[in-house]
Amino acid sequence: MKELKLMKGNEAFAEGTIRAGADAYFGYPITPQSEVLEYLMTVRPYETTGMVVLQAESEIAAINMVYGGACCGKRVLTSSSSPGISLKQEGISYLAGAELPCVILNVVRGGPGLGTIQPSQSDYFQSVKGGGHGDYKCIVLAPSSVQEMYDFPKLGFELAFKYRNPVLILSDGIIGQMMEKVYLDESTPRWTEEEIIKNNSDWATTGKTSDRERNIITSLILEAAIQEKHVIKLYEKYKVIEDNEIRYEKFQCDDAEYLFVAYGSSARVCQKSVQLLREKGIKAGLLRPITLSPYPKKAIKDLSKQVKSIVVVEMSMGQMVEDVMLSVECKIPVNHFGRTGGVIPSPNEVADFMMKKIKGE
Amino acid sequence: MQDTLTTKDIIKPENLVYSKTKLLTDTPLSYCPGCGHGTANRLVMEVIDEMGIQSQTIGIAPVGCSVLAYNFMNIDMIQAAHGRAPAVATAVKRVFPDKYVFTYQGDGDLAAIGTSETIHACNRGENITIVFINNGIYGMTGGQMAPTTLPNMKASTCPYGRDVEIMGHPLKITELVAQLPGTYYVTRQAVHTPAAVRKAKKAIRKAIENQKLKKGLSFVEIVSNCNSGWKMTPNDSNKWMEENMFPEYPMGDIKVPSEI
Amino acid sequence: MNEEIIIAGFGGQGVLSMGKILAYSGIMQDKEVSWMPSYGPEMRGGTANVTVIISDEKVSSPVLNEFDTAIILNQQSMDKFEKSVKTGGILIYDGNGITRHPKRKDITIYRIDAAEKAAETGVTKVFNMIVLGAYLKIKPIVKLENVINGIKKSLPERHHNLIPLNEKALKIGMENIYLVNIN
Repeated sequence: MKELKLMKGNEAFAEGTIRAGADAYFGYPITPQSEVLEYLMTVRPYETTGMVVLQAESEIAAINMVYGGACCGKRVLTSSSSPGISLKQEGISYLAGAELPCVILNVVRGGPGLGTIQPSQSDYFQSVKGGGHGDYKCIVLAPSSVQEMYDFPKLGFELAFKYRNPVLILSDGIIGQMMEKVYLDESTPRWTEEEIIKNNSDWATTGKTSDRERNIITSLILEAAIQEKHVIKLYEKYKVIEDNEIRYEKFQCDDAEYLFVAYGSSARVCQKSVQLLREKGIKAGLLRPITLSPYPKKAIKDLSKQVKSIVVVEMSMGQMVEDVMLSVECKIPVNHFGRTGGVIPSPNEVADFMMKKIKGE
Repeated sequence: MQDTLTTKDIIKPENLVYSKTKLLTDTPLSYCPGCGHGTANRLVMEVIDEMGIQSQTIGIAPVGCSVLAYNFMNIDMIQAAHGRAPAVATAVKRVFPDKYVFTYQGDGDLAAIGTSETIHACNRGENITIVFINNGIYGMTGGQMAPTTLPNMKASTCPYGRDVEIMGHPLKITELVAQLPGTYYVTRQAVHTPAAVRKAKKAIRKAIENQKLKKGLSFVEIVSNCNSGWKMTPNDSNKWMEENMFPEYPMGDIKVPSEI
Repeated sequence: MNEEIIIAGFGGQGVLSMGKILAYSGIMQDKEVSWMPSYGPEMRGGTANVTVIISDEKVSSPVLNEFDTAIILNQQSMDKFEKSVKTGGILIYDGNGITRHPKRKDITIYRIDAAEKAAETGVTKVFNMIVLGAYLKIKPIVKLENVINGIKKSLPERHHNLIPLNEKALKIGMENIYLVNIN
C-alpha cells in the first residue's frame, strides 16, 4: 500500500533517499535546496535505517565525503544548488574517473556567479557536457514533478551501481520548492555488510581480506597510453548506457504538427502551453527528455519527420537547444524560447511564441 | 667470523635482524633515496601488520609525494583529491565505523589546500588517524614553497628565501589542531635516526589503537627531510632538519589524553 | 474542476500556510494539487505569494501568469496581480492598507476586512483563516470538514488546541465577505 503525502520537492527527495536504502548523505546549506538536509536532520534516519547524515564544512568537503563513501561500495549522495555544484566539479570528475557510483542533486538557481536564488535551467551544459575537467560523462536525470524527486534517488542508485558512474539529478528551484502529491512506496533496506562485500568487494575498499588482492581506488594514471585506454573504456560504457537507458515522455505527440521540447519545470509549463494551443486548434505536442545524458536524440529525430517545427523551451539563454538541433540534423526549423536569471516563462508567452513561429514571424 | 658477510651469509635465517613487513608490496618505492617518506610508509604498515588489522584498515593518500602510496601499501587504499583526504576519511569511517581509517598527507596537502578539511575533521573529532609528513616544501611538484617552509628558507617559488613580510609565516597546524576539542592525541615525531624511528612507530601505533576508543582524532606529524627539494645530500638534509626545522617544529607530544 | 489561485500578501500573514491548507484539503477530496511559493529573501518581511492549483486533472504548469482567483492582501500585491485575474475571474482582497482599490470591470471583486475581524477576535494570527473562509464562501471547492483536516495536518500537534479557534475564524470569513462590484 502506497502512502500519500503532500510534500515539497526537496523533502520528497530527502524521503526518497531514506527509502532508497541510502547509506549516507553529505550536504551543505544553499538556497533553494536546504530543505534536503533540514528534512533529513529532522527525520533522523540514522536512528532508524542507520543512514549517516552529515553537514559538511563546504560543498567541496561534501563531495569528497561522497567520494569516500562511494569507495566503500555504499549508497551515498549529496545535494546542492548551482554555485555549490560548481565547487563540486573537481570531485565529480574524480568520481567519474575512478568509476564510483553516487547520486548528486542540483536544484538549479540562476547564474552566473552568485546570481539569484530563483529557479533556472542554466546548468544544462555543466551537467551534460562534462562540468569538471577531463573526458567523462555523468548520467543526468531531469525530474519534472515532486513524485520524480522522490523516485529518482532510487533510480539513480540503480543506474549508478549498474554502471559504476555518478548520476546527476538536474532539478530546479520550482521542482525543489513546490508541493505536490507524492506516493511513497515500500522502503528498500540498506545493504548489509555481507551484501556490500558480495556485491562490491571486487572493486570497493571494504578491507583487504586474504582471499583477494587489495582494492585501490584512484583516478591517477600517469602513462598517457594507459590513460587513453581508460578513457576509451569509459566511453564504451557510456555507449552501453546510451543504448539501454534513454528515457523520455511524450505528451500529445500522436497527431502533433508542432513540437515543444523541454525538460524539468519548463516541460510542465509547456504542457499548459500545449493545452492553450490545442484550444485554438493548433496541434501542438511535447517531448520531455527524462535522461538528459544520454540524450533522446533518436526520439526527437523520429518526431522531426512528423512535425513542421520545434520550439525548445528552457530557463536559460539556450543550452539544450543545441542538442535538439543536432538531433534533427537541420531537417526542420528549431527555435528557442528562453527566460533566464530566475524568471519563469509563463504558459501564455510560450504558446504565443509558438504561434508567432507558426505564422512565420 | 669473517670480516665481511657475503649475500649468501646475510640471507641465512640466523643472521636475519630485520625483514620487510608483508604489508609493504614488492613495488620499489618511488620516493627519492634518503627521503623520510619510505620509513614513514613502512612504520604505518608495520603497525597495521603487528596489530593484525590488514583486513580492517583503509588508507587514504591524496596528492603529493605520497600519491602513489597505494602502490606500496598492501591494504585497500583510496587516492583522494588534493587536500581532501580528511573529508574522504570522514565518510569512510562513518560508513564503516568499525574499520581503521588513516590518511597519509604532506604539508602542502594538509596545511594549505586542505586546511579546511583538516581543521573540520579534527574539530568534529572523527575517529581516524592522520599521519602528516612535514618537510617544509612541495616535493612532488618540484620544490615549491609550502605553508610550513621556514622563514628565509629557499624554494623554487621563493628563490631568495621565504620573506615572511610578503609570504606569511610558517603554519604550525599541529599546534593549531591540538587546540580543538575533537583531537584526542597530537604528537610530533621524526624518522631520521633509529631512536626517532622507534618513538615514531610507538606514536603511530598509539594513534591507530586510539580509534578503538572512539574519543576523537589522533594526529601524528612527522617532521621529515626532503633532500631533493632542499638540494642537499640525505645526511646534510637530516642535519639541517635538526638544526633548522626542529626549533620551529619541536619534537614530542603536544596533546596527550589524560586517561589511557 | 480546475481552480487556479494566487494568494499574495506580506510575509507573516500566513499566505503560504493558507495555500498549504487548501492543497491538503484538495488531496483529501482526491483532487490533483500543486503549491508553488515565492521563496527567498523577499519573504523575510517582504512580499510573499503562493500559486495553488486544485484540479480533477493532473496539474500541468505549477507557475501561471493568469488565475481564476486572486486573493490579495496588500497594496504591492494588488499592483502586481489585479491584472493577472482571468476575465470573468474573481478578486478577493482585504481593504486594510489598500490605497488604490481594484478597478477592473471584467471580473468579480469581493472584499473581506480580515485584519479588522482578526483584531476583533483578539488573536490576529487567525487572519489567514478568515481570508480562507471568505474564499470558500465564494468558491466552495473543498468541503469544510476537509479544510479542518487540512489545518490539523499543517499544524503541529502542540497547536491542535487552536483548531476550534481556526474553525471559528473560517466562519467569520464566510459571514463577512461582501461583493464590491458585479461584472
